[in-house]
Amino acid sequence: MPNVISADGTIRQDNWTVVARPEDGESLDLPNEPCLIPVDLWLAGHEHFAGRNDIGVWFDSHQEPEDLGERANELPVVAVNFPKFSDGRGYSIARLLRERYGYRNELRAIGDVLLDQLQFMKRCGFDAYALRPDKDATKGQDCLNFFSQSYQAATDTDLPLFRRRAS
Amino acid sequence: MYVYDEHDRQLAHERVAQFRDQTRRALNGELEEDEFLPLRLQNGLYVQRLAPMLRICVPYGMMRSEQLRRLARITRDYDKGYAHFTTRTNIQLNWPRLEDVPDILAELADVEMHANQTSGNCIRNTTTDPFSGVQDDEVADPRPYCEIIRQWSTFHPEFAFLPRKFKVAVNASEQTDRAAIQVHDIGLQMVRNEAGDLGFRVHVGGGLGRTPMVGPVIREFLPELDLLTYLEAILRVYNRYGRRDNKFKARIKILVKALTPEGFAEKVEAEWAHIKDSPTRLTPEAVAHFQQYFTEPAYEALENASDQLAEQRFANRDFDQWVSHNVDQHKKPGYAIVTLSLKKTGVPPGDVSDRQLEQIADLADEYSFGEARATHEQNVVLADVRQDRLFELWEKLRPLGFATANLNTLTDVICCPGGDYCALANAKSIPVAEAIQRRFDDLDYLYDLGKIDLNISGCMNACGHHHVGNIGVLGVDKKGEEFYQISLGGDSHHNATIGKILGPSFAREAMPDVIARLIDVYVEKRTEEETFLDTYQRIGMDPFKERVYA
Repeated sequence: MPNVISADGTIRQDNWTVVARPEDGESLDLPNEPCLIPVDLWLAGHEHFAGRNDIGVWFDSHQEPEDLGERANELPVVAVNFPKFSDGRGYSIARLLRERYGYRNELRAIGDVLLDQLQFMKRCGFDAYALRPDKDATKGQDCLNFFSQSYQAATDTDLPLFRRRAS
Repeated sequence: MYVYDEHDRQLAHERVAQFRDQTRRALNGELEEDEFLPLRLQNGLYVQRLAPMLRICVPYGMMRSEQLRRLARITRDYDKGYAHFTTRTNIQLNWPRLEDVPDILAELADVEMHANQTSGNCIRNTTTDPFSGVQDDEVADPRPYCEIIRQWSTFHPEFAFLPRKFKVAVNASEQTDRAAIQVHDIGLQMVRNEAGDLGFRVHVGGGLGRTPMVGPVIREFLPELDLLTYLEAILRVYNRYGRRDNKFKARIKILVKALTPEGFAEKVEAEWAHIKDSPTRLTPEAVAHFQQYFTEPAYEALENASDQLAEQRFANRDFDQWVSHNVDQHKKPGYAIVTLSLKKTGVPPGDVSDRQLEQIADLADEYSFGEARATHEQNVVLADVRQDRLFELWEKLRPLGFATANLNTLTDVICCPGGDYCALANAKSIPVAEAIQRRFDDLDYLYDLGKIDLNISGCMNACGHHHVGNIGVLGVDKKGEEFYQISLGGDSHHNATIGKILGPSFAREAMPDVIARLIDVYVEKRTEEETFLDTYQRIGMDPFKERVYA
């Protein structure tokens, strides 16, 4: 089980499993534990999955948060995959889910999740980070808090520095 | 100019601590090379041909004398005693040691400088006109808006991993564009609408590099307070939809072209509709806060020193030429804008020694309220010099090598570091610039030729802006040998144009002759008032081609 870092830097292990996209012609095979399935499959089988608190979804970086929209809040966990840490699309997906669609439950970063991007992720609304297993989760807390304040507004604050200065 | 408050200082010091930690982890193997790469690039650190190269940010070109002195000290203590001014008005050190970089950054932070986002796939240093605030035809001083953009883009959490690098430029003059905004990812032209309100005309998708393009207008008027929300909308569309599968097609210009400017504008407007009233929207108080840093210095009430200058110019022909070429009109009577040329033949364009940096600092203190400005043409401006002290200043500049009266002439070459320093380059560029400068060493002939932009890049990344040179030179590699391709007709100003390729490339030794033949065609064909560019536009490529390939 991977280490999952929370927004406050604490480390936990949980049993949410990421279910890969089935090959063409294969069916979706759900494990007997809480799992995250591709968001488009959840949408396609909505009547089947609705209301289950052990099924969440994951977005790949090219997928559109608009497709899920405000239905996000039906889900206990939404994850966003970083296929490579340098693929920055996940940051926009996260902000849109939080700021435009009002998603309130857990937003988890999965995939190539490294330490030096954690604070950016946190600022964009992620509150759980499935750190890549070869990285040292105990450094998460420091890396989440390199900066004590920020210039811009983002998911974490409505007060860009120019508004704080003016007040 | 902008002065850090406690927030800026805190962020700057936290950034140094962060990079120190990252460097330590990279050196002890906790960070793999490909993981450290974007982190060090976002701190301006390249690993180059001879040593690491550190690109230090000079936000929109503004420098105080204490900063110049600190830069001089850094080049002495950590490098080989010289630095290079780049075409993005930044400063590069060519020989720092990787393990020293955190200390260099700490020294920079002490004088309110940094190397944030001077490289990498993120929002880079915003540039503007080096004559901002001192020319009389600007719509408003663009620098407060540049600083607003700098702060918004610094460590922006959503846009640190864009498909590719991203450059913004702002211009405020109605008649000239000294910031080349139409060849930037975003070019902002300050304008007033019919009601007299201040705003921006927004160009998106210009750029040089492999696929040079002039950026189309996607919005004719953006009210000033909407600046950041609109930028955020553009960046979000780009971050989500810009190509990531092919590095050479990843710039925003490719996306704008694929969607068409109208299609791209629609996507931006749709995104903007959601966020235009978000907390990122500027307030009048915020704009006023930034404007207070860019007020006028303590000018004295002076008359123009016309008679005195006329006498001095009449008596000294060299001074006269220098005033004609290196001095520009100032908005205040009795003052002038002076450009120090860093294009003395034999010195790589844009290079300065530690001692010269200190001399510039001393001159800035003595003659220009302690400030100096870097230009994208790799020169340095003293923006507020008293006219009655121009002669005295000129006499001091001459022995220092800053008084070469060649601005905007053929030998005021824009030139990247090229294959002598840069790992990306296909060919050297500095020796080509020097050979051409030596060939055209007769100032009278240069003045007769008038305004010609000669821009040289050592590879198609186009740091030397060759596409927008009236004459552009691009170094190419052919089976391991260096050749040079020429383009004609480029223009970086209000009528921005990408030059057209003349034909097959030339060996380095041939370059001075080739340039001379191009110039001959111009001299023979021009009418009295025509610049090189005018003549080219009138007679076209063929006469040049015939002469060069005859």
